[in-house]
Amino acid sequence: MMATRALHQLLDVSASRFPDKVAVEEAESGSIRYGELAHLSDRVRDRLRRMGVGPGDRVAICMRKSGDAVASIFGIMKAGAAYVPVDSTAPASRNAFIFHNCAVKVLIVEVRLAEALRLEFRQVGFAPEMIVLEGTGAGVPLTKALDQLDPVSPASPVLSAVPDSSQLAYILYTSGSTGRPKGVMLSHGNAASFIDWCSNVFRPNEHDRFSSHAPFHFDLSILDIYASLKHGATLVLVEQQLGKEPGRLAQWIADKKLTVWYSAPSILSLLAQFGKLDQYDYSSLRLVLFAGEVFPIKYLKLLKFLWPHPRYFNLYGPTETNVCTFYEVPRLVAESQTEPVPIGKACPHCEPLVVDEVGIEVAQGAEGELCIAGPSVLEGYWNLPENTAKAFLPGRDTRWYRTGDIVVELPDGNYKFLGRRDRMIKKRGYRIELGEIEVALYRHPAIKEAAVLALPDDDGVPIKAFTSTRNGSKLSIIELKKFCSENLPLYMVPDLFCSLESLPKTSTDKIDYQKLKTMK
Amino acid sequence: MNPQDIKTTVKTFILSEYLPGEDPAALTDTTPLMTTGILDSIAVLKVVTFLEDQFHITIEPHEAVVENLNTLSDIERFVMSKEA
Repeated sequence: MMATRALHQLLDVSASRFPDKVAVEEAESGSIRYGELAHLSDRVRDRLRRMGVGPGDRVAICMRKSGDAVASIFGIMKAGAAYVPVDSTAPASRNAFIFHNCAVKVLIVEVRLAEALRLEFRQVGFAPEMIVLEGTGAGVPLTKALDQLDPVSPASPVLSAVPDSSQLAYILYTSGSTGRPKGVMLSHGNAASFIDWCSNVFRPNEHDRFSSHAPFHFDLSILDIYASLKHGATLVLVEQQLGKEPGRLAQWIADKKLTVWYSAPSILSLLAQFGKLDQYDYSSLRLVLFAGEVFPIKYLKLLKFLWPHPRYFNLYGPTETNVCTFYEVPRLVAESQTEPVPIGKACPHCEPLVVDEVGIEVAQGAEGELCIAGPSVLEGYWNLPENTAKAFLPGRDTRWYRTGDIVVELPDGNYKFLGRRDRMIKKRGYRIELGEIEVALYRHPAIKEAAVLALPDDDGVPIKAFTSTRNGSKLSIIELKKFCSENLPLYMVPDLFCSLESLPKTSTDKIDYQKLKTMK
Repeated sequence: MNPQDIKTTVKTFILSEYLPGEDPAALTDTTPLMTTGILDSIAVLKVVTFLEDQFHITIEPHEAVVENLNTLSDIERFVMSKEA
């Protein structure tokens, strides 16, 4: 099969082969066919070009996951720009920071979200142009907005950009330890190498029905969108609320006859426990893919018992490389197995290297930090040259991306994940820098000190915040949760709070995290 | 079970599971639970399971929503309607 060059070309090729096949299906708002999707994204491209957007620019989308969002994404790339997707449910201040940070030229946004963003922009003197949609649903509101802006279609539509492989396709913002999200820059070449690998391993075809469970600002969406649309399959969007409710979701997966499921393990654990999976018919399901965090083995075993026939793959990789190692879970997992499954072996397009603290390769079988080189490795972090430099092993010609994950190579050649070398955690597939939560807590006027820890157990990764106040008073936990939910995405709100007179310190007067760990 | 007992039972559960260390007086009948991060989506599932076991009712997936579970008063009203 021909190697992928630009992501948006995948859609145009499928649209010429399968113009009348459904490309994107929404839970309740209808669907959009390949031909329609390609045409609508052309119109987005033409509109953006007229607004002055071209290669090297950024265009953001802030809307519910929908056909409108998919058409916008392709239109942005066709115009030559990189798309910047954000969590439309996150606080406006956080999203406005992202748009300002990477200086988006245009923002495609739902009207219900636009005003709060405008207020934020005004405070920092930033004024991107906006394409405002009444709502979202199978591309209808987007079409309407374009009809108003461009009542007559241009006599000669412009051609889509033909980017070289290092041109940016999208920027995904992840939690940053300094309290500000940081933008991971991924090129067409980065994503294409990953998507071509997906084609080889998962053999998608036009009869497949892919889940789209992850939000579009999350790197799991790259597989969902491009591996499905490249092969003429149907991408079935899971509404955000539905995606959190195992009871309804279990029936929905069966009703929709999904063939490929991809998500973080947390929702699969919930489906296994609360989904009553034995009541429905899942005979269509052929692949269960999971990534983003460790799958507790007891729930993986339970899921395999309830869904025995699909093939299961553990996909591992940070946003910076997308999937770089993979492991197919054996048909039978031994009853005695108590360890999580390994992260597996490197994908052929990724080269692995395990190094010690000073960057020297360790002996086979010794613990060390996993580094990855190859065509899927990020271009860098947006406007953060120091972070970009630190992300790679120093003093080498090859760009070895340091994942920060400590691994060990098992005798069978599979890598096993042991933990992190820094303060980043994975919770429900989201990566969270505990430092970002601390920065948010410090914004509270009464808080004098804040320290945040993750306390992983069998069931998940509860986050606990320790605080002390300026006047020694005890803050209401309800008040603190509310404050956090106004300043952080909900998945970053600590589960537990502990109020102390002052936080324990080390001999150098730093907060003693080791001591805090022992304070239950 | 009378309405006050329902509220007290649920309140005790939420305080011990999701707000350990909180002053019980801070959790009132009208404190929003789902819209302010006190109960996340997984916590809601566990509250639903708790309500089912405790009050011998069955809660359908589409009923586990903000309108029924956002405050102690909402929960009380919802459980009463299920028991009726």
